[in-house]
Amino acid sequence: MRRIGIWIAAGGLLLATAACGGTSSGGGSSSTPKNQSLSVGFVAEPANLDFTSTEGAAIPQALLVNVYEGLVKLDQDGKIVPLLAEKWEVSPDRKTYTFALRKDVKFSSGAPFTADDVAFSLDRVKTDWKLKIKSQLDVVDKVEKKDDSTAVVQLKKPSNGFLYSMATRLGAMFSRTGVSDLANKPVGTGPYTLGSWRRGDSIQLNANPSYWGTKPSLTSITLKYFKDATAMNNALLTGGIDVISAVQAPESLQQFADPNRFQTVEGTTNGEVVLSMNNSRPPFNDKKARQAVRYAIDHKALLDTAWAGRGQLIGSMVPPTDPWYEDRTGDYPYDPAKAKQLLGGKTLSVKMRIPNLPYAVASAQVVKSQLAQVGINAEIEPLEFPARWLDVVFKQGDYDLSIINHVEPRDMGIFADKSYYFRYDNPEFGKLLASADEGTEQQQTDDLKKAAKLLSDDAAADWLFLFPNLIVAKKGVTGLPKNAIAESFDFTALAKQQ
Amino acid sequence: MTLYLIKRLAVLVASTAVAGVVVFAFMALLPGDPAEVALGVNATPEAVAALRKQFGTDRAPVAQFLDWFGGLLHGDFGTSYVTSSPIGPQISDRLGVTAVLVLGGMVVALAIAVPLGTFAAVHHRNPLGAAISAVSQVGIAIPAFLAGILLVFVFAVQAQALPSGGYVPIAENPGEWLRSLLLPWLSLGLVQGAVLTRYVRSAVLDVMREDYLRTARAKGRGSTGALWRHGLRNASIPVVTVLGLQLATLLIGAVVVERVFVIPGLGDLLLNGVAGRDLLLVQGVVMVLVAAVLLINFVVDVAYHLLDPRLR
Repeated sequence: MRRIGIWIAAGGLLLATAACGGTSSGGGSSSTPKNQSLSVGFVAEPANLDFTSTEGAAIPQALLVNVYEGLVKLDQDGKIVPLLAEKWEVSPDRKTYTFALRKDVKFSSGAPFTADDVAFSLDRVKTDWKLKIKSQLDVVDKVEKKDDSTAVVQLKKPSNGFLYSMATRLGAMFSRTGVSDLANKPVGTGPYTLGSWRRGDSIQLNANPSYWGTKPSLTSITLKYFKDATAMNNALLTGGIDVISAVQAPESLQQFADPNRFQTVEGTTNGEVVLSMNNSRPPFNDKKARQAVRYAIDHKALLDTAWAGRGQLIGSMVPPTDPWYEDRTGDYPYDPAKAKQLLGGKTLSVKMRIPNLPYAVASAQVVKSQLAQVGINAEIEPLEFPARWLDVVFKQGDYDLSIINHVEPRDMGIFADKSYYFRYDNPEFGKLLASADEGTEQQQTDDLKKAAKLLSDDAAADWLFLFPNLIVAKKGVTGLPKNAIAESFDFTALAKQQ
Repeated sequence: MTLYLIKRLAVLVASTAVAGVVVFAFMALLPGDPAEVALGVNATPEAVAALRKQFGTDRAPVAQFLDWFGGLLHGDFGTSYVTSSPIGPQISDRLGVTAVLVLGGMVVALAIAVPLGTFAAVHHRNPLGAAISAVSQVGIAIPAFLAGILLVFVFAVQAQALPSGGYVPIAENPGEWLRSLLLPWLSLGLVQGAVLTRYVRSAVLDVMREDYLRTARAKGRGSTGALWRHGLRNASIPVVTVLGLQLATLLIGAVVVERVFVIPGLGDLLLNGVAGRDLLLVQGVVMVLVAAVLLINFVVDVAYHLLDPRLR
């Protein structure tokens, strides 16, 4: 009895403080109606703000396109469109790219953006960047300034990948006078600038008053970081944030089913959830065993069980937003009898070492039970991500099966590296990739289709599903990016209806 | 008393030093290379080697330990592997937040335990007193994070009365600061309060059976008055001991509660550090936590001495 009394008393106290807090903040916002801001929940906070020397998706997600801009960017359909370059010309030998730059662009520091900055930024990739992705721009021979608003990039050989890389963080334009403290003070040409950073909590971006393009309709955006998915869901339910950038557990979506309060946006990503098989050691150095795995998995059932049916079945390492996408789900239809036949009546015992991430744990349970039905006994061993998984599976290759979401865009090339943890080794695949990069766009598309088919036929891995992009927002928030296929979470169109 | 203080201080210093060795050894055993984690899957071996050299993790463990512990002695916690900024200021910023969280939780616990425990002791023969001890028994079984989740569900999600998480510095907005801390305080305090209630009850019960209290009652004071005047100081001795132990538990509970309520305190810093293999940062935070627990024990022992004249 007394205990209940205390609960009620505590509740009364809480409600009382809540009420006075509520009115004071309500009054504040109504007196300045034009001061529009939004807060968006994310899971991973950047360790620092320098994506030239620190790995991780969180930094470009926050800063690319929003604070830093490149000459080009990816649109929602995966097409490369102009940004700081108004247009560009490619020479007939496809080795010279001439970019016509916008003339009215300034960095947030006030310095004008010119062809010198293009040369500076691309040279810096070679000299100062610390990450392996910088090798994507090894194909650049030199960058020259023709005049202030024309930059000419010479390639060593024709490369389709070059312009695409320019749409990623590699193509971000830096000011010659703005790179002294990249980890804390980003200087870019984008519609937003860094306002404040409360470490462990949030980053605030403010609208850039001197932005060259369409000025953002919001005065500020707060990126709030949550380590816990439930905490993030609660924040949206209670009005602490306006948008969940990526839903961590699709089954939690039913909390947001009320259309008078919330909206859900579902699109695609570049994230292939791969059931990787170690191609270099028994049993999966045998193509038949790998094929058996592919036949043994009922992908539709897996997606329904593990990820509430959200996502898309793909069948190879290409998302539908790439031009060379083909539906390869028919290559290995669910056929447990055929799987058993390929195994020749043998039973296998394998180690499934997975990262301790929700999608991997959920998928692994289903994979285990489906494989068991054809005689493959998989022992699940969750490893702490990233440190343990990186060390054991990725670096040492000590695993038979693993499950991880490969989020990098256009990342089919990882199968061409036989030291990569798949340990897949087929020279034919590497040749197709090389000729795709050097050939015309049409050739690129044709070759990469062949490459994706080869991967699928070889059963180099199994592709469980394409990770969905699931955004939940308050009703009235507009301009949410449906597909998450670029590295950034693009805030430029975000707005709030009055 | 002075001799006692000197002895206790010596023990405090020695245990802190031993803790330093243990913490360092555990970090060295933690699998995962900080340089590899910092650079991720796309790192070149050369970049990893260069970063290892920059971090100093390519040196012998003994050299690393001496460097780190030597730095600690003059207040230098080193530089974070991940953020490249000094660790000391990061810890002191976060320590402030955690301290407010823990002390607030303690106040809530005491506000519950002292009146309820005393009441339950005085009325231990009637059903209400028995009910209090039964309910507090249930409270003990609930972990603080679960209490937190329940509180969020009731007061934030259902009633929409309080924020479900987040922390607003007091300098920014005192009202919001209070609102952001109420639920975390309650979730730490309710559970600890349940634990303490039982201790207060049994301490007061013990005191009530003492002869001096019977004498006081015989001299015409009401039983409540007698307890108030003569009993509570004596009852507080065992309670203070438990309080010290509970403070250490609260500190650990705070690590979890910070995650539930998205509060940027030491616990949050610690968990980030572990995930990113920011070993120097983790070592620093753990040392601060260990030192805090040792210090609390020290203060409890001294307080015990002050409260109980027989020990002097």
